[in-house]
Amino acid sequence: MIIHYGYTDGSGEYYICIDSDMCDGCGKCVDQCPQSALGIVTEMIDLEDKKVAAVMEEHRKKIKYTCSRCKPELNKTPCVSACVNGAIHCSWKAS
Amino acid sequence: MKETPKDTKEYWRWQEYHRVLSDKSWKGKEAITAGVDVGSVGSKAAIMIDGEMYAWAVTRTGSNSPESAKKVMNMVLEGTDLQQSDIKYTVGTGYGRVNVPMANKAITEIACHAKGANYIWGSSVRTILDVGGQDIKAIHCDETGRVTSFLMNDKCAAGTGRGMEVFADLLQIPIEEIGKASLNIDEEPPPVSCTCVAFAKTEAIGLLRKGWSKEKVLAAYTRAMAVRMANLVNRVGLEREFVVTGGQSKNTGIVSRVENILGVKTLPMPNWREGGLDPMVAGATGAALLAKALYLKSLGN
Repeated sequence: MIIHYGYTDGSGEYYICIDSDMCDGCGKCVDQCPQSALGIVTEMIDLEDKKVAAVMEEHRKKIKYTCSRCKPELNKTPCVSACVNGAIHCSWKAS
Repeated sequence: MKETPKDTKEYWRWQEYHRVLSDKSWKGKEAITAGVDVGSVGSKAAIMIDGEMYAWAVTRTGSNSPESAKKVMNMVLEGTDLQQSDIKYTVGTGYGRVNVPMANKAITEIACHAKGANYIWGSSVRTILDVGGQDIKAIHCDETGRVTSFLMNDKCAAGTGRGMEVFADLLQIPIEEIGKASLNIDEEPPPVSCTCVAFAKTEAIGLLRKGWSKEKVLAAYTRAMAVRMANLVNRVGLEREFVVTGGQSKNTGIVSRVENILGVKTLPMPNWREGGLDPMVAGATGAALLAKALYLKSLGN
């Protein structure tokens, strides 16, 4: 399952996508996030509990501000670079 | 001094109800499971027998999640001869899922909505737009109801059930007629520019002052929300097998505008007033189905 976190405003749309099938819950991205926006949560996938990385609830609606510092780096952000499984992607589309 | 009569009509109030499919019997059946979906505005519960819908209920969520869960559970048991103790496994979901006292497990509403839509409309469903009380979710799933892609709105209550309640109250149009009213216009007005309910309300008051009709203001608000919803749907992946769930699936003004913007018709809405399944209960339906799977798993099957 790919979960999209992000925002759309007049300037464009920014999304950070985490693929919970590819994520192994190692937590390296959590350690690397300068804003402590990521965490490990329990998600039920095919009736099994799996630990996966996710944007924490308190940051979910504030991505615009939380991720603003890393945003220009796109797919070289600390979280994307930390993931050895390639489970995290960032995208920006100017409107 | 003579007091003027106060307008005490609650325009925002929607129908709370419970239903039992009496042609089914639970006697002698093993897997009696329940799903309780405590949303931010509405609480829903469903009881399934061997994975088939038996009874469901819809009520308003109060200020206390555990109480709301108990209330909706009592409502759904009403009219059936089931007791709480007959239910083998209960899954809690929704905004207040961690506060469902009778739940054996809490599961996010994303998984539940996809399963529920898969049950209500069949395995062809791929794209689901869930418009709840405070959130809009776009979900893409496979033929088993497993979520493949998911997106939630980044902002607040705008365009959701609660926002519509605020507008029903402001414009003094009963909530259940709001969809039809928003379509009762000669020409579609440009959408309101504010995405925040509080600001949109201010903008609406301004438009009313400018002489716009209530219906036109409502159309402008509904349009703005439909545009936002359509963007979310496009992001997760729009397919022809598209449905709307949640309370706003009953708002024809929203559904028809979303269809219009996306250029895709939604799959036919079940006739929930006449005993058909209710898309507002999709989350609880999915939760009850997952409860059955988890119950069987707990038995080692």
